[in-house]
Amino acid sequence: MITRRKLITNTLKGMAALSLPAAAFEILTPERLNAIIYNDTAKVRYVFLVDTNKCVGCGLCVKACKNENEIPYEANVTRTWVERYIITRDERHEVLEKVFADSPKGARDGFITGTIDLGHGNTYTPRKEDIDKAFFVPKLCNQCDNPACVQVCPVGATYQADDGVVLIDRKWCIGCGYCVMGCPYGVRFFHPQHHVADKCNFCYHRIKKGMKTACVEACPFGARLIGNYKDPDDAVTRIINTKRVGVLKEEFGTRPQVFYLGLSMEVR
Amino acid sequence: MVHGEVWTIKELFTYPNEYIYWSIQIVMYPFMTGLVAGAFVLSSLYHVFGIKQLKDIARFSLVFSFALLPCAPLPLLLHLQQPLRNMHVMMTPHFTSAIAAFGIVFVTYGAIVAAELWFLYRKHFVETALALKNKANKTAYETGMYHLNNLLTLGAHDISELALHRDEKAIKIMAGIGIPVACFLHGYAGFIFGSVKANALWMTPLMPVIFIMSAVVSGIALCMITYIITMEGRKFLAKRKAAACPGESCADIESVELNVIQMTAKYLLGFLVAAITLELLDLIFRGYTAVKSWDMLRRVIYGKDFYNIFVVQYGLGNLVPFILLLIPGLTIRRAVVGTLLVLLGVFMMRWNVVIGGQAFSLTFAGFMHYHLPIIPHDMETFREGLFGALFIVTSPYVLFFILNKIMPVFGMKESH
Repeated sequence: MITRRKLITNTLKGMAALSLPAAAFEILTPERLNAIIYNDTAKVRYVFLVDTNKCVGCGLCVKACKNENEIPYEANVTRTWVERYIITRDERHEVLEKVFADSPKGARDGFITGTIDLGHGNTYTPRKEDIDKAFFVPKLCNQCDNPACVQVCPVGATYQADDGVVLIDRKWCIGCGYCVMGCPYGVRFFHPQHHVADKCNFCYHRIKKGMKTACVEACPFGARLIGNYKDPDDAVTRIINTKRVGVLKEEFGTRPQVFYLGLSMEVR
Repeated sequence: MVHGEVWTIKELFTYPNEYIYWSIQIVMYPFMTGLVAGAFVLSSLYHVFGIKQLKDIARFSLVFSFALLPCAPLPLLLHLQQPLRNMHVMMTPHFTSAIAAFGIVFVTYGAIVAAELWFLYRKHFVETALALKNKANKTAYETGMYHLNNLLTLGAHDISELALHRDEKAIKIMAGIGIPVACFLHGYAGFIFGSVKANALWMTPLMPVIFIMSAVVSGIALCMITYIITMEGRKFLAKRKAAACPGESCADIESVELNVIQMTAKYLLGFLVAAITLELLDLIFRGYTAVKSWDMLRRVIYGKDFYNIFVVQYGLGNLVPFILLLIPGLTIRRAVVGTLLVLLGVFMMRWNVVIGGQAFSLTFAGFMHYHLPIIPHDMETFREGLFGALFIVTSPYVLFFILNKIMPVFGMKESH
């Protein structure tokens, strides 16, 4: 007769017996499986190079990005933007410097006046003679090597492709916003029409066909470049390897893959 | 309009995509979860540690905890941009994310509370089912109740002395397992915030512990206030039918009520001290180490949010009730004021963490102000507005009312 005690002990024994051979199996991720079957370790690692010395803040990259990636033109979110930094001394020309920064509408319409947007409808126009230095810094997703957004996504809707680009599955994202909060660079937002997380993906649909990103195409000054870090002869790779480049907010340990020439300490 | 734009006002330099994405419902989420965990811990104080004085409120707070339980994930559901996809968290949990295990932790906890309740009410189910079975001319309601109670016995009709003794043992075990799980459920909510490295205000290993302590505080406070309300209601009813029914007298209820409240208040004070100590430790540590982000945090904590943090949260929500509950000879009236203020204090703590954490920009050079939508003009401003929050607050009471019909909290002669 099967008693309750017997049933439980036998069940446990059975589970132990089953789990032993089960432990011999290894669970493979699709990436590992690919690597084993096709002997295909990724040959591409997309990286981006921004030469801030060349940027004039025209905003053509932002326009091009909005159109290419169908981010509603009037919506106050954008996959890429340009920041303007203006560092002034006060009227008595003391040592103390003041840093102003703005990016109205992500600089979609370009910076055409010297008036700084202070938010909440306030503006400030510094006198030209007070300005010590001023420059522009284009921003986009850093496609980090250790992406915080991928780590925190509870459903795996955002993931990193083997070429390094972080992508979002619009059909699977639940819109919790954890990735938006997790990104130290503020590149993520909710798409106004799809109501899921959205961000720059280096125009994945273009670069996969061997084209350049929309913003790289649109920049008249060559301030934006995209390259393959795994190709040692790539122009961008050569600059990153030989010139003095910086990255944004490296203290977060995200290992960003957008490199900057001419980065200044005022840049946030 | 972009999500978050309606209630966010930006000041100085913020990134273009920055808005207050986590709004009122994310304030409600840890608040409600805290109430669940706290109520359960209160009931366990009696069931596990055998603190006899809490016997009367233990059963009450367990049922109330169960009523609060479904309301804890409700704010998350209202907050999601794609609420219909909520099941994806269970279908493809991505375990590097702190949110991914939510479903599992939550269901585990729910199962424990349900099991404990079942053992606690098994005798009642059996008795009710038997009484209704033999009754002639059942009304539709009674027939329904008979079938429901019969179903709830799960076929275990044995209510001999021995079986009941086993039930009691099971309750003790369930309550024992439940305490760490309840703490985990809520400490885990703290971890969701504490592990966001991008947010300077949230990122601290103390966050889960602070959350647990304040959870217990708020849970006890809510149980006290709800207990007082129901007891006052019973007193009122007893007065009305005092002549007709000599059963329980008004004075009886009154003495039980005061006794329970005075005892519970002591535990409330203990946990309140622990919670405030940890919060102040966090604040002092941040000020003392003064890392890069402190310059900005200081401006938010001592400037923009000074009123919310020091006046409402610490002053009105912690200090005043602390004094009120500490003065000897606690009366019901004083307890009501005290517990309500404690609840306000814990709510403001959640508010100051969630909204305060987004009050400054990732640039550390700009601010964002949150304006709670009050009059809803579309679905979004309802869900993430005052009425959405009120909906969350009231729903556990509706559930409690229904649960109380099946598992009566009061008027049970025997008690575990």
